[in-house]
Amino acid sequence: MKYIDEYRDPQIAQALVQKMAKQVTRPWVLMEICGGQTHTLMRYGIDELIPKQVELVHGPGCPVCVTALEVVDKAIEIASRPDVIFVSYGDMLRVPGSSSDLFRVKGQGGDVRIAYTPMEAVKIARANPDRKVVFFAIGFETTAPANAMTVWQARREGLRNFSMLVSHVLVPPAIRVLLDSPANRVQGFIAPGHVCTVMGYRDYEELAARYHVPIVVGGFEPVDLLEAISMLVAQLEEGRAEVENQYVRAVSRDGNLPAQRIVEQVFETAGRKWRGIGNIPMSGWRLRPEFAAFDAEKVFGLSEIEVPEPPECISALVLQGLKKPFECTAFGVRCTPENPLGAPMVSAEGACAAYYRYRRHTVAS
Amino acid sequence: MCLAVPGKILEVEQQVDNRVGIIQFGGITRQAYLDFVPEANVGDYVIVHVGFAISRVDAEEARRTYDLLEQMGLLEGEGLKAGVEGDQ
Ligand code: SF4
Repeated sequence: MKYIDEYRDPQIAQALVQKMAKQVTRPWVLMEICGGQTHTLMRYGIDELIPKQVELVHGPGCPVCVTALEVVDKAIEIASRPDVIFVSYGDMLRVPGSSSDLFRVKGQGGDVRIAYTPMEAVKIARANPDRKVVFFAIGFETTAPANAMTVWQARREGLRNFSMLVSHVLVPPAIRVLLDSPANRVQGFIAPGHVCTVMGYRDYEELAARYHVPIVVGGFEPVDLLEAISMLVAQLEEGRAEVENQYVRAVSRDGNLPAQRIVEQVFETAGRKWRGIGNIPMSGWRLRPEFAAFDAEKVFGLSEIEVPEPPECISALVLQGLKKPFECTAFGVRCTPENPLGAPMVSAEGACAAYYRYRRHTVAS
Repeated sequence: MCLAVPGKILEVEQQVDNRVGIIQFGGITRQAYLDFVPEANVGDYVIVHVGFAISRVDAEEARRTYDLLEQMGLLEGEGLKAGVEGDQ
């Protein structure tokens, strides 16, 4: 398919690997933020193809994985009510809450539905005026415009039975937390291409300058990622720390302005708790007060809760690139995609699931 | 869920509040909202995420990047194995 197949060309991939082999003189640790990129890297074995000196660690860029346990528990509570139709992206259904998951709620008779687009939830609300329809609005900057447009649409139509449980997270504050950590090993970042499609990459220029760390905006096909890695290695070897854009065909420096505008009108920045990482100030978006009537937390009067993670799950370390999934004692034993203990084992974009699926049980480090 | 894929716009129509396109992804077609890509039209490629196009794929940039990469592939494609293994 156009814009996919040509970026999977094995000959070009090999040339990029060869170029990299000539570039590298020292070991480097690079992190891809986005779970979609983690998935491509594992699927095509890019981590094993590149020179041994270049180590890839995987970042916290899987929205399913970082949605706080408390939020999952709230979703489960709402979805269990008999007057509710709970609509979610499919990946969230199997994410373990502290005692259940949405899939089980559905099995026990809860009306839990999967939607491909959030606009589907508005349609469901329109068709079911006597039920309360709640959409589980999670995601990074990439997903926010669609979710924002959905609330906007609901308000324009004057829907009274529609609300959203919002748990949006933002990439740049998470990168800052990783770089501020004394345990940080990451020397260069592949910035998430689709997040930058929406937001552009000005925020990353500030990070690159402040922390003297090279950042390359990368696409999602094997050749995109190899090229992004090669660009990072070149910067590191030359001692540069700039933002470069590998994914030029889809990303501009300013991003998508109409998409940013709707996000700005609907959401405001707020602190957010990340599963496994903890509270990060100004790292999320919540609904603006004007949209309070569509805010599920307010509609259902949910109180703040605090629940502990399963002790065996080391997802916090995995999501910060400090440990590889196979270093977790539960990996592949008590935690599998069929029976996930922690969130990174659920979504295909989660690092644990990607390692399990592509059999990286023992990768030499 | 973060998946976003390029597809080709086959048709565009204005539904009540939204600009909607029929998009072809390989063998299948699907509807997507085009509100965030007002500049995109029939024949263009867009990147679609959860039912919304978030970017028009710049055909010239896509071709340029690819040509550049291909050139490199053709020039340096041979003797690859030796190069990579020799380095380790
Ligand atoms: S393998 Fe499972 S338990 Fe271990 S860190 Fe990953 S998700 Fe958590």
